[in-house]
Amino acid sequence: MSFTGIFHFFTNSPCDAAEPWQLGSQDAATPMMQGIIDLHHDIFFFLILILVFVSRILVRALWHFHSKKNPIPQRIVHGTTIEILRTIFPSIIPMFIAIPSFALLYSMDEVVVDPAMTIKAIGHQWYRSYEYSDYNSSDEQSLTFDSYTIPEDDPELGQSRLLEVDNRVVVPAKTHLRIIVTSADVPHSWAVPSSGVKCDAVPGRLNQISISVQREGVYYGQCSEICGTNHASIVVEAVSRKDYGSRVSNQLIPQTGEA
Amino acid sequence: MGEIELKTAPADFRFPTTNQSRHCFTRYIEFHRCVAAKGDEATECEKFAKYYRSLCPGEWVDRWNEQRENGIFPGPL
Repeated sequence: MSFTGIFHFFTNSPCDAAEPWQLGSQDAATPMMQGIIDLHHDIFFFLILILVFVSRILVRALWHFHSKKNPIPQRIVHGTTIEILRTIFPSIIPMFIAIPSFALLYSMDEVVVDPAMTIKAIGHQWYRSYEYSDYNSSDEQSLTFDSYTIPEDDPELGQSRLLEVDNRVVVPAKTHLRIIVTSADVPHSWAVPSSGVKCDAVPGRLNQISISVQREGVYYGQCSEICGTNHASIVVEAVSRKDYGSRVSNQLIPQTGEA
Repeated sequence: MGEIELKTAPADFRFPTTNQSRHCFTRYIEFHRCVAAKGDEATECEKFAKYYRSLCPGEWVDRWNEQRENGIFPGPL
């Protein structure tokens, strides 16, 4: 990679999409994702603690009980103190991991407040259709659109390969959203890493997830179910409530005008 | 229409789980029962219609409407 190439790589990396060689999580956009990242760090603390301790014991044992150094092994069969310690500590540590883990799990599950709007994300082979039906006054769908992945050969400059879609889902920021995920053919999924959401889309079943995007931005995700060749992308664009209102009414007026 | 009112079907404590299929179905039935009981003009049924339209995929609603017309709707109406 040339110098300009490197420069291009750093300046053009989108903030809320997967990056090449990315190791950590994407930046959190919802409190849920923040919780997931925090839990990951909490657990990593114990992980490193255990790793260091176990490696030390292992290396020490290999060193001190090597056959050349210590040809006659000691035959210790009992040690009450150490047995108590190695029973108590391994049972306390999982507790320290389990408590924050369950707290997060159940808080993600729970719908604490009434959602302000509902978006239906319906998976198809291979695109997604979105329905905003809160404004409908009849069974005719007034705000429905399909969202196709931009094919590999024609992304515009600056667009991410196989991540960008033609119609993004526009949602208001700082608002409780209910997303109803389902599928019209085979199992799909709806996943946006920076919002901490991954939900299976099963035909005949409506799965509900609630998210609240905390900052405006464009968030990228992909189908996480093996659904076929054109495994579709998901792009969520969060805008301020005011902008959202004007976006939706721009979409609604021409269509209701025709009807 | 500058400011759009953000309002949708509320969380229902009969359906606290991730799976909301029955929530949608129940709201659809509630609307049609309400219409059957109070007549087409009743305004109090309108909220149920809003709820099921928010929750159910359009495809499902179309299919159920068709089934009701043909008298083969599987739910208790």
